[in-house]
Formats: sequence, C-alpha cells, structure tokens
Amino acid sequence: MKRSSLWGWLWVLLGAVYFLLPLYGTFDFSLRAQRGKLSFTAYQSALTDPEFLRTFAFSFRMAVFTIILSILLIVPTAYWVHLRLRRLRPVVEFITLLPFVVPGIILVFGTIKLYSKPITLFGFTLLPALTNTHATTDILLVAGYSVLALPYMYRAVDTGLRTIDVRTLTEAAQSLGAGWGTILWRIILPNLRTALLSGALITFATVIGELTLATFLARPAFGPYLALLGNHKTYEPSALAIISFVITWAAMGVIQYISRGNPSQIAGGR
Amino acid sequence: MAFLELTHINKTFNQTTAVHDFNLAIEGGEFVSFLGPSGCGKTTTLRMVAGFEQPTSGRIVMDGVEITNTAPNQRNIGMVFQSYALFPNMKVADNIGFGLMVAGKPSSEIKKRVAEMLSLIKLEQLGDRYPFQLSGGQQQRVALARALAIRPQLLLLDEPLSALDAKIRVSLRNEIRAIQRQLGITTIYVTHDQEEALSLSDRVVVMNHSLIEQVGTPFEIYNFPKTAFVASFVGTLNSLPAEVLDAATGLLRVDGQEIHTTQPLKAAKNGDKITLALRPELFRLNRTAVGENQLSGRVENILFLGAIVRIQVRLRETLLAMDTFNNPHLALPSLGEEVTVSFSPEACLVLDTK
Repeated sequence: MKRSSLWGWLWVLLGAVYFLLPLYGTFDFSLRAQRGKLSFTAYQSALTDPEFLRTFAFSFRMAVFTIILSILLIVPTAYWVHLRLRRLRPVVEFITLLPFVVPGIILVFGTIKLYSKPITLFGFTLLPALTNTHATTDILLVAGYSVLALPYMYRAVDTGLRTIDVRTLTEAAQSLGAGWGTILWRIILPNLRTALLSGALITFATVIGELTLATFLARPAFGPYLALLGNHKTYEPSALAIISFVITWAAMGVIQYISRGNPSQIAGGR
Repeated sequence: MAFLELTHINKTFNQTTAVHDFNLAIEGGEFVSFLGPSGCGKTTTLRMVAGFEQPTSGRIVMDGVEITNTAPNQRNIGMVFQSYALFPNMKVADNIGFGLMVAGKPSSEIKKRVAEMLSLIKLEQLGDRYPFQLSGGQQQRVALARALAIRPQLLLLDEPLSALDAKIRVSLRNEIRAIQRQLGITTIYVTHDQEEALSLSDRVVVMNHSLIEQVGTPFEIYNFPKTAFVASFVGTLNSLPAEVLDAATGLLRVDGQEIHTTQPLKAAKNGDKITLALRPELFRLNRTAVGENQLSGRVENILFLGAIVRIQVRLRETLLAMDTFNNPHLALPSLGEEVTVSFSPEACLVLDTK
C-alpha cells in the first residue's frame, strides 16, 4: 500500500472516530435504563409517552406547512432573481442570511409585539390580533419557522437553479406558448426536485428541533417537549436523540434514492 | 406586403446601441440568415422578433399583424437555441409535444403530431429517451422538431449548430434546409459562420457594429460586396493598398507594379491611395491571358487545406494569397521561386478611397 494511501485512511479513521464515538456513547447510554443490563426500556418509555406522539405530530404538521410556505415564497423569488434580477442576487443572499444574525428570541418577541394586537390604519382593522387563537398563533409559528429555514431553503433552491439554464429553458417554454405558471410548475419545479428535497429535509430538521419560537408562542411542539424531557428524565433524551438520527439518515437515504439518475441533475439542461 | 417586416428597429441597453435602424422585409417561405461577428446585433434582432427583447423603437409586423409588443408566448414563433434548451425532466416525446400540451390539444392529436415530428427528424425510436441520453446532434434535431410541432408561422434558429462538431454541423445544416424547404416555413437563422450562411440561405443579412452592412443573395454577398467589411468578413480576401495613376482609365500602382481595374473608382483622383480587394481563387499562377493584370513576386509559403492549396506570394511589401484546387498532378512552385500571378481587371474590387 502506498504511503499516501495509508495517510488517507488514517484521516478517514480519525474522522469516523470523531463522528461515531459520541453517537456510540449516546446509544450505549440510552440502553442502560435498567441497572446492570442493556435494554430498550428508554426507547419504549419515550415512544409510549402520549406527549411524544402529540408534540411530534404537531411539529410534523408545522414542518409540512413551513416547507410548503417556504417553497411558495422562495422558488418564485429565486427564479426571478436568476432570470431578471441577477444584480440583486447579493442583496437577496444577504437578506436570506439574516436569521443567522438575528437571534430567535428577537424574532419571537418582535412577532408577538407586532401581531398580538390588531393592526389598524386610519381606524380600519387591517389584521386582527393573531395570538388570540391556536390556529392564528400556528400561522405566526409557521411564518417564524419559514424565516428560520430561509438560509437553508434559499441556498438549496439557488444551487438547484444554478445547475439548469434558467433563462434559455424559460424562453424555450415561452416560445412554445407557455405562461409563467406553466413554466414554474412544469419546467422549473421538476428540475429542482433534488434541491427542494434537500431544502425540505433541512427545514424539517430545523422545525422539529426548534425551541424558542414554540416556547414563547406557547405551542405544544416537539422541541419544548425534548427540552422538558431532558430536565426530568435521564435515559429517554438519549433514546430520542438516537431516534432523531435514524429518522434523519432514513430521510437522507430516501433523497439519495429519489435523486439517483435524476436527468436534470445529470444533464443540467444546458 | 412581405410576410415579416422590421421597420426602423432600434435597441439600446443603457447607453449602448445594440441595433441601429434595422429595416428588413422577409417574404413567406424565405430562408434568411443574419451573419456577423459577436456583438454585431444579430442575436438581439432575432430576440426582438421572438419577443424576448423589446425594441427601443420601431415596428415588427408579421403576416399583417403588428407584434412589436406581443408577449413571446402569444406570437406563434418557433425557436431553436444554441444550447438545445430541451427540458431535462421530460422525455423526447414529451419535449416535442410540450407546445401542443400547453395549447390544450387532445392527447390523441399530440401523440400523432409527435410521431410525425419524430419521423421528420428520423428519430422514431428515441421518443422514450431523456435528453441527456442523446448526442448533441440528436438533441438539436429534437429541439427543431419541438419548435416545428406547434406549426409556427415563423422559425428562428439562434446559432443552432455552434455547439456541434464539424461533421455533424454539415449534415445537420443540410437536414435543416431540407426540412425548411419541405415545410415551406419562413426562417431566420443567426450565425457567425459565413459558410453556414452562404450554403443555407435565400438571402443573407450581413451585420456589423449594430448596423446592416449588406442584404443580398449568397452570390451577391460573396461576389459583389458593397462594403470593405462584407468583403473581408465573407470569404478570404486580399487587401492591396494601391495608388491611382489614372482614374479615367483605371490605371493603378500596387507595390511598384502597374495594373488596371474596370471597377469604377468613384470620386478618386490621380495620386489618391485606395484599397483593392481580390479573392484568392481569382488569381492564376504563371499563366497570363491577353488583357490580364500581372504581379510578380516570390513564393513565401504553401499551405495545404485539403481540397485547396493556398500559395502565399510576397510582392515587395504586400503578401498575396492565391488558391488553387488540389489534385495529385498539381505542379507547385517551390518556396522562394519567382512567380507571376495574373488576374482579370474585373476581379479588382475597389473598397474605399483615402
């Protein structure tokens, strides 16, 4: 074996140890709920807790709405920036990075301050208070999640758009009689399939684990449940962390499978 | 009234003029090429016809209807792009049927038309393939079929062969012309390749620096260029600096040697400096007929170009290129040999006077 090859394998091994050792430690710890023997008791306890299912189902629903809202907002925006407003790309990129700069606590307090009372103009109510009912608070939550997911979703869509010749494909579709709706639905979205899946997965992961917005908007989300569990139980949080890893890896596997041989990612449409 | 009329078309981007006072009338069924170097305005003009760019001023009328401000998806104009622009997520058949699907045609009609188009481009077996599974030439044929499937009133081709290798380019250009003749569709073809423009077109529009330099048949453009640019851009050309000795009789001096031209010398006076243009294929080596011009020089280089052999002859200062057909019995001069090149007085084109 060549010396350079050995050196390469050493780094791979070090990397694997760095990533897998903590995971193994967490997994091992999650199996020690019963003294003196390894068992899945912590998993059983976590998964049979009705709060687990209730909060996970709630966050799952919020994640789906967030993904839909993010796609509806970001795909047309990124498409238009690529097609007509290339000079504005740095500005839009800067805006999409703001959630990294503005802390979640500021976002949620700003949201509560602005939307907890009706928005009026010359005595007319433009928007009623949105924090008065669960349904309208969920709207605020989804909007907040969409802001938090903005950097990830925008980057995923932007990268996807860079792999296709947006302008020429648009013009080709226009010359064949297609309007904007048809172009977005039939040409652009299908060619962003892999990018949207990646963005959706990251958005899902962000929403499922989010703590601040859900806590201050007082909604029964999975993030606050996990935090609460960590305060009261010992082994169950480790079991849930391992379950989260499995779900994430399964989702990545699904993406890999779906994007396998995806023509738009191979030919790039150029 | 012509089928397509472009009247006083101007286009500026910020402060830059891309197209200046473009006027052209194209008859139905005609194949017209826009020929010129990069940045001359040919693609911008085509994009204005397609509707992707709005003219700053001027009118575009197609089949008696003004379309200057009509949206591109309302024009019924088919377009083929240099980069093929096939939809990567759709199979070949779906690409070809896309325009018909958008128009809301029934699926039976779409299927029939797609089969017709696949047959037209001789790719009947490839309807189920994705674009990335096809060669460049096949992709461009699919792009052509897709543009024609909607039965457009006008077909636009924007450098469709530029991304292909030389051999495919020649065969596909012949195919494009045959299909265009078969369907009788009015076509505008943008290219910077003079050979493509000359071999395909009924008429060629030569453009330079946002302006039309000349419009004419390929024969006119090649043999009777109206400007120095057309003469130099289309085909190979020898530019010879000359001095007018007798404007009345067309007597000129080139590198100390006297020749005659029958071309009008316009407003040139005796002693004026002018530029002559001579095609390399109009010279003959060491064979002078009565009344022909002769120039003596020394062979500097001999280039084999396949069917043609180019001999470069140095006069005193000027380097002259002459072409002769290659054949196995061709007797070529040796390098450094003193030779005489001759040509008829009609062959000397007078490009400008200084």
